[in-house]
Amino acid sequence: MARVRERRPRPGPGVTTSKLRGRESRDGITLVAPVVLVVAAIIVVPIVWTVVLSFQDARYVDVARNGLFNELTLDNYADVLTAPAFWRALVTTVQYSVATTVGSITVGLVAALAFRDRFRFRAPLRAVMLLPYVAPVVATTFVWQVALNPQYGVVNAFGTQVLGWEHPVNFLSAAPTALGTVIVYDIWRYFPFAFLFLGAALTGLSKEIEEAAVVDGATPLQKFWFVVLPQLLPTIALLVLFRMVMAFNEFDDVYLLTGGAAGTQVASVRVFEQLTGSSEIGGASATAAVMAVFLGVALAIYLRLTARQREENR
Amino acid sequence: MSAVSVQSSVLRVLRVVVIVALVAATVLPFVYMLSLSFVRIDDLLRDPLRVLPQLDRITTETYRAVLASEEDGGYGFGRFMRNSAVVAVAASALTVMLVVPASYALTRLRFAGRSQVSWLFLAVYLFPTIIIAVPVFVGFQVLGLGSSLVGLVIAYIALTVPVSVHMLRNYLAGIPESIDEAAVIDGASRFQIMTRITVPLAMPTIMSTALYSFMIAWNEFLFALLFLSAKQDLWTVSLGLTRLADGQEVSKTVLMAGSVLLTVPIVILYGVAERALTEGLTAGADKG
Repeated sequence: MARVRERRPRPGPGVTTSKLRGRESRDGITLVAPVVLVVAAIIVVPIVWTVVLSFQDARYVDVARNGLFNELTLDNYADVLTAPAFWRALVTTVQYSVATTVGSITVGLVAALAFRDRFRFRAPLRAVMLLPYVAPVVATTFVWQVALNPQYGVVNAFGTQVLGWEHPVNFLSAAPTALGTVIVYDIWRYFPFAFLFLGAALTGLSKEIEEAAVVDGATPLQKFWFVVLPQLLPTIALLVLFRMVMAFNEFDDVYLLTGGAAGTQVASVRVFEQLTGSSEIGGASATAAVMAVFLGVALAIYLRLTARQREENR
Repeated sequence: MSAVSVQSSVLRVLRVVVIVALVAATVLPFVYMLSLSFVRIDDLLRDPLRVLPQLDRITTETYRAVLASEEDGGYGFGRFMRNSAVVAVAASALTVMLVVPASYALTRLRFAGRSQVSWLFLAVYLFPTIIIAVPVFVGFQVLGLGSSLVGLVIAYIALTVPVSVHMLRNYLAGIPESIDEAAVIDGASRFQIMTRITVPLAMPTIMSTALYSFMIAWNEFLFALLFLSAKQDLWTVSLGLTRLADGQEVSKTVLMAGSVLLTVPIVILYGVAERALTEGLTAGADKG
């Protein structure tokens, strides 16, 4: 993030200074206030509300009638923590998050390296590579569903007619395969994001160190491992953080591909099901709150570990 | 041969393989989408492997069926597209109107709570949309905004504002403040500086911010699902496509035509603004 500039024009001495300061502060708050209000109303208040709801045995009717004021209880948390389905969802979420994060960043890094040096059509091809990320998730998941369908999907048709598979594969509706398919889809959808940022980081590297390494006889792999990769680590660390948080909270992709069936029920989908299926607002809120705590702890550990790394890099 | 030249030649080949494979992996699903949207459903069921239809079997009936209103025996995507366009245009216009003054203030003015605002925006991304969606939905119901496009627009603004502020602020921070100072000496007010100097200078980035929030709003699914499921006449394209795909009665190739209609506006906008968008998003990434 670019540093916000601190330098200010020096106004005249005495009373005018504090007057100008006061005006500046007032103007600043006035200009920022609308944005802050919208974000607070739509995001911060609901989060607080969710935490409150998680301590209540509330259904839609109760919330509509009593708002925030229902009896407080710890039952939701007890239910969440003792439900095997919750722990299964947590394990699934962790598997899914780690696999998509590692996968999408690895593919993104390979892509960024392949696109590093100029070649014909580099610019248009790079633009095309970002399509999975910008295209509407509803459209791309639908295309994947059709392509992977056992009856009329092109992948199974190719597999059975050309590759000689005995049976069509239930990519999205049978237990271990479904989670794998969702992970592959998400690597496909999100590698462009890593590609974009790592590409930008690569163009920012100075060529001189690499040229020096080449002069000293480093092979291309050594050059990558000892010179290029260390310089990319800060960007990779940031991407890991960002992708982990996004993947941990992911809803659309999983819900649209499998609806959470066949061992793909990640936490967000479980929350959604608790809300719409059994309309347990309290239980859903407690699940969401517990997941947020898990994510917070994981982030704290990650930041602590990488802090040491950051110190060393300095 | 030395290790250097062996590795260099292997990597040169590998590089071509990687580029071809990745481009194929990204493009083929879209080719499949476009191609199936012109296929008759019985042709697809008879021979799923035949992705490109024979020239004399190409049909545009899929598009007629998906676009026509229900009274005309279609699936009403014409109206869904209008709903999506209204929501996305309103969300992006309002986002820009909110974000420009805020980013200006965050880069140019010192005021109490400036750094807290930045933290607030970051914290937004720690929480899953699903947990904010429910209280927002219940709250909007109470206010009478629950099943309306207005409620959806407000929610989308909140979703896009944080990244938009980030994009615009990075750009504004790069415009020399001496320009502002010169204008102050010439007697310009804060408002005049913003509208006459900052906005014209930042116009390219403002446009890409607007496009970014348009794309987020057009693509969004979860809020639309929660807010509008019961009201078919208000469905957005994303919601309409999933609702119709859930049932068995609509043929898959007709829905492919729907997917194309959902995707094409985004691809066109992205094609127009690709450079500005990617540069805006990665601003500062090369500085580590």
